[in-house]
Amino acid sequence: MKIIIIGAGKVGYNLAENLSKSNHDVIIIDKNYAALSKAEENLEVLCIKGSGVSTNILMEAGIDTADLLIAVTSSDEVNMVCCLTAKKLGVKHTIARIRDHEYAHELLLLKEELGLDLIINPEQAAADEIANVLNFSSAINVENFAKGRVKMIEIMVTEDMPMRGMRLKDMGSKFESSVLIGVVIRNDEVIVPNGDFIINENDNIYIIGQPSHLYNFCKMFGKVPQKIRNVMIVGGGRIAVYLGKLLVEMGMKVKVIEIDREKCIQLSELIPEALIIHGDGTDEELLRSENIDEMDAFIAMTGMDEENMMAALIAKHNGAKKVISKASRINYISIIKSLGIDSVISPKQITSNQILKYVRGNSVESLYRIIEGQAEITEIVAEPESKILNTKIKKLGLPKDTIIATIVRKNEVVIPHGNDIIKEGDRVIVISKNKNISSLDEVAEVS
Amino acid sequence: MNFRVVLRVLGMVLACEALFMLPSLAVSVYFRGDDIAAFALSILITAVIGIPLTYIRANKHDMYARDGFAIVALGWILLSFFGSLPFVISGAIPSYIDAFFEASSGFTTTGASILTQIEGLPKGILFWRSFTHWVGGMGVIVLTLAILPSVGAGALQMMKAESPGPTPGKIVPKVAETAKILYGIYIVITIVEIIMLKMAGLPLFDSAIHTFGTVGTGGFSNMNTSVGEYNNVYAEVIIAVFMFICGANFSLYYQMLKGDLKAAFKDEEFLFYLRTVLLAIILITINLYGNVFSSIWESLRHSSFQVVSIISTTGYVTSNFEEWGMFSKIILFMLMFVGGCAGSTGGAIKNIRFLLLFKVMKRELMQIIHPKAVYSVRLGGRAVNERTISEVLGFFFMYIIIFIAAVLIVSLDNLDWATTIGSVAATIGNIGPGFGIVGAVGNYSTLSNLSKIVLSMCMIIGRLEIYPILLLGMPSFWKRTSV
Repeated sequence: MKIIIIGAGKVGYNLAENLSKSNHDVIIIDKNYAALSKAEENLEVLCIKGSGVSTNILMEAGIDTADLLIAVTSSDEVNMVCCLTAKKLGVKHTIARIRDHEYAHELLLLKEELGLDLIINPEQAAADEIANVLNFSSAINVENFAKGRVKMIEIMVTEDMPMRGMRLKDMGSKFESSVLIGVVIRNDEVIVPNGDFIINENDNIYIIGQPSHLYNFCKMFGKVPQKIRNVMIVGGGRIAVYLGKLLVEMGMKVKVIEIDREKCIQLSELIPEALIIHGDGTDEELLRSENIDEMDAFIAMTGMDEENMMAALIAKHNGAKKVISKASRINYISIIKSLGIDSVISPKQITSNQILKYVRGNSVESLYRIIEGQAEITEIVAEPESKILNTKIKKLGLPKDTIIATIVRKNEVVIPHGNDIIKEGDRVIVISKNKNISSLDEVAEVS
Repeated sequence: MNFRVVLRVLGMVLACEALFMLPSLAVSVYFRGDDIAAFALSILITAVIGIPLTYIRANKHDMYARDGFAIVALGWILLSFFGSLPFVISGAIPSYIDAFFEASSGFTTTGASILTQIEGLPKGILFWRSFTHWVGGMGVIVLTLAILPSVGAGALQMMKAESPGPTPGKIVPKVAETAKILYGIYIVITIVEIIMLKMAGLPLFDSAIHTFGTVGTGGFSNMNTSVGEYNNVYAEVIIAVFMFICGANFSLYYQMLKGDLKAAFKDEEFLFYLRTVLLAIILITINLYGNVFSSIWESLRHSSFQVVSIISTTGYVTSNFEEWGMFSKIILFMLMFVGGCAGSTGGAIKNIRFLLLFKVMKRELMQIIHPKAVYSVRLGGRAVNERTISEVLGFFFMYIIIFIAAVLIVSLDNLDWATTIGSVAATIGNIGPGFGIVGAVGNYSTLSNLSKIVLSMCMIIGRLEIYPILLLGMPSFWKRTSV
């Protein structure tokens, strides 16, 4: 596919990197020379300096033969105009990033009027993701598949958990295989484990299954999910607004600390149920006087990654139970995690994942990527023409490090074994390492 | 420096060089020459050294600009070194230094020769000499990138270090894809020229030899007196046109193929190149008419061929320009510094740099008239980055400094002015024939070994546009952790 990306910022760069790696022809347009030359030097992409709104530049990039235009500049308005112009010039699909909550209500209208195929709102998506994690407090990360009927949680194995040192197949017999440990991260390396794999301390494991089974699993292994009641948010940006509203709806008590007075007033208008505090979120005194030690969750999401990190560390030190930090720079994530902060949320990464999922094609329902795409969990709907339907899974020549994790049928969720088969219309969740999958036929050859 | 990756890619380059020798082996088998064993042995040696290197596993795959530069610089020195094996083993050129000179002259598409008697050499050797022009013209590393699986993100660095011009770029998003397109265009041009020369009456073997020399803008011939030997106007016109075509930017042809037929005439650099060529032809024709040739057509025929041959840095000769007037010779000398366009197979400083330098000159003068004014240098309607401009200025200075240093060393041979200066200008610009002893009908055989080595390095420095080879001499370039 020929894809034009407007804006070589963090999201644009990340997208270009992933798209060019999966063999698409990527062209980046940006006004900033420094950002462009970074992309030009490190990626297999073509760079054009100029404004993405300009018809000339778009024509130079070959917009009339392009399949997709992704507008991710810092301005919502520029993104919209780019998509509008591009559509008129003959591009097949357009994706725009629109993040201002003022536009959030008119998204449907905008989508139709501007002919947009997908609108990305990273802040909204990040807020959803954080709310998900808070809902299942023992997990580092929670991901929904099959419209929430199947969840995947990430847990870190600590020394007080009885599962360490156990073989996976021994664990399986205890649970009658109602959940599946699909991926293990050990020292920044992604492993797709088999039955003989032994879990160690400090491994991060990804578990897939129905929510009730996951809950039982956690309970059995000493990670009882606790109900979160009090949440403190530092930084009153766009995510805070979306998140505050969500959490209040879920019945939690929300405190927001924001340094800018004007913003505080705005926040108090937007989320009247929340307590808004005007102050510096990295000030330990202030945090303590606001009872940081009694908080079930602490979320740092100012605009600065460094401030988030400090605030999160202070909160952890002072006894906040679950600490989540936002990171804009994707390469900070593993460093922040190593400092003992429970979860790191990156809106940029969420945005990239959403767009990649869109590019992958219609049959891909959801896509979750672990450590810069080293492993991917893909949800695919089995199309009638797929060749692997009605064949026993053990007869499919599944390649190494690829497993079919879950099959979701009308009213059942199956963790499949060798004798199960995939039927038409099933939602299939596939885990694969170092391999991009966009249809079931790519998963396996019928042997 | 990521030595493992550098060694691995160098191994790939050598493996490819062994492949490049196969056609020459085929030619010598076809003509049943006595150089079959020489090629077989050279291929064996190159492959035995190159292929094991490709199995080196890198513990980290990061490649940065300097790794790319190291690969290109070392790669070209190794290419010339192994490329000289057939000459030495077959006994065609017994001295190793001479053979290295001939091989680097081939790969860098210079076309300067130390051979006094070319006719009569085995056909395989003649074919190999010219074939090195062909692979060297578009770039050996670029070819390696096109035929081998991607070496990763460092590919662009290597392409940048090898391709001529101040801001070499890709024409499609992927480096390997770009290399394939460029080579595709290159191969088509080659085939068309071989057919046309054959139709013009040259034997097939001679057509191929002269085509390789033309499209690579090299200049090796299988005749002692170069193209002048045939005294064939059609062949001269064909060769002149193709020299001109190959001295221009190949990405223009890609744009034309994509449907933008006027692309060349919208390109400022191409127009500058065209105007320079036309002006030089007119001036030399006027100078020749009546003084050297009696007919205006004869003057035009030789002046146009020689101007295109020199500016495209090919170096074919139809008439002994040593006997021309001083004015004509000085114009040719100046053209040796201009050279082809960015993204062509030609050498020397390149038209685009001169174009930018003229624009900078104008800006500096304007700046004195309006000291507070802000001027941006524009090329093709777009502002040129200040960084590019300072690179061009730096490049120009380095070119002149290397030129002067080489002239100083060659002057130890105690030859005349024309030979000393002409030989350096002709090798650093990858042209071939210079003036005086090394002029149109002369060759480089009488120079001292020191001069031959210096001139060989000049050719490689000129072909790679200075930076890669100079970097090899910087101690901090080699440090694992540079401060």
